[in-house]
Amino acid sequence: MWQFFHKLGSPKWFYGIAGRFMPWLLGFGLLLALAGIVWGLAFAPRDYLQGNSYRIIFIHVPTAFLAQSVYMMMAVAGVITLVWKMKLADVFVRAAAPVGAILTVLALFTGAVWGKPTWGTWWIWDARLTSMLILLFLYLGIIGLAHAYSDEKTAARAVAVLAVVGVVNIPIIKYSVEWWNTLHQPATFKLTEKPTMVPEMWVPLLLAVLGTYLLFGWAALYRMQTEVLRRERRTRWVKELIAAGGGSQLKSRGA
Amino acid sequence: MAFDSFSAFVVMGGHGPYVWTCYGVFFLLVALIAWLSIRDRRQVVRSQQREQAMVSSGQADTARRARAGGGFQRIPTTQNESISKS
Amino acid sequence: MNPARKRKLTIVLFLLAGVAVAVGLTTYAFRQNINLFYDPTQIAEGEAPVNVRIRAGGMVEEGSVKRDPDSLKVQFRVTDYSSSVTVRYEGILPDLFAEGQGVVATGQLNENREFVASEVLAKHDEQYMPPEVSEALERSAARAREEGREMPQY
Repeated sequence: MWQFFHKLGSPKWFYGIAGRFMPWLLGFGLLLALAGIVWGLAFAPRDYLQGNSYRIIFIHVPTAFLAQSVYMMMAVAGVITLVWKMKLADVFVRAAAPVGAILTVLALFTGAVWGKPTWGTWWIWDARLTSMLILLFLYLGIIGLAHAYSDEKTAARAVAVLAVVGVVNIPIIKYSVEWWNTLHQPATFKLTEKPTMVPEMWVPLLLAVLGTYLLFGWAALYRMQTEVLRRERRTRWVKELIAAGGGSQLKSRGA
Repeated sequence: MAFDSFSAFVVMGGHGPYVWTCYGVFFLLVALIAWLSIRDRRQVVRSQQREQAMVSSGQADTARRARAGGGFQRIPTTQNESISKS
Repeated sequence: MNPARKRKLTIVLFLLAGVAVAVGLTTYAFRQNINLFYDPTQIAEGEAPVNVRIRAGGMVEEGSVKRDPDSLKVQFRVTDYSSSVTVRYEGILPDLFAEGQGVVATGQLNENREFVASEVLAKHDEQYMPPEVSEALERSAARAREEGREMPQY
């Protein structure tokens, strides 16, 4: 366990192992996500109440789930940065934050467009929507903070503190629909109960969720590799890698 | 297929604009993530390639001399003695 | 784990716990402001202020919707199955508005304890199903009512 932990601290080892996982993540991610989306858009039955507008769920739920999960991963990485000073944890936070921000924008946007024909409004300041907007500001704060310091160590610590502290927003998002009166309905997917949907609807939704998680895995590893290359550019292994293969080899490892 | 025809699929019972806007923006922003990530990688690799090319051309002189001189130069040290003494 | 790391981990966890408690207390103190709407029971018990812009929410009572044939005026009762409140509204209702469905209305309580709404939004639940399943459920519920037995909640 500790040996694995130390190995993970080695940027060169990480670069290699990430390159081995990435093609699988990208391949299966695209396969699952596209299968779920096509199934949901064209083959799943329409909803008795909302008709076809509910088909937005097949991207709304995956992006909203992932936006929250990514933040939780960043908070865990923040603890690792603060306690164990592992550089890769900080690399992860920097690599994941922009992706998380875009996912949050997508969740908010698809929710707004879905809200108009079903609720009758694009936006309402209820607890679920507001706490999700706060999540977006947390992501933007982390991105801004990461660029605000020129010293890498200071920036890493500041970003880690914000990532850790902001995680209290996650249970608020999750339980907002139960703790308070909201316009947003409670969760369809719960860990402990059966989904409140027929299988022809939740199976494609599950595929889309799993697919987007895998695609995030690819994006996170690829972006971490880039950050590792930038930070380790003075080391011999990066110089050899760049001299030997140049851009093309690095790109093919990425895809 | 949940729809009778392709046009019914596009119209989505009147909800087409909402559904297709969402999916359009989704694919656009996913593509944006991919584009930003690949652009960052290219920038890092290119600037490093340039720097390495510059360093190697600047060092060509020194390198040639070093090769002529048989590579590394041996520098006598007194480390072992000082350790054994102390 | 070495003592320095243990100390750091404790600090981080205390920091997190402190922030969580602060946020928890704040949201608890403002819980009525965070609640999007008053439910009919709160309105019946006089918790909701009169002549102030508020929101009310609940289910549209079955058989309570009365539409004015000459205008967009509509009146219905909103219930939480223990109390109910009359809502008056003039305007276009959302597509999902129907008896037995949830609504959230923005407006004011007048002196007669009637809710005069300026906006009505539809609130739906987390159940999704194809039309056939919904019809089958309704049929079996109707059959159960005829035979006088209790239908288990889906």
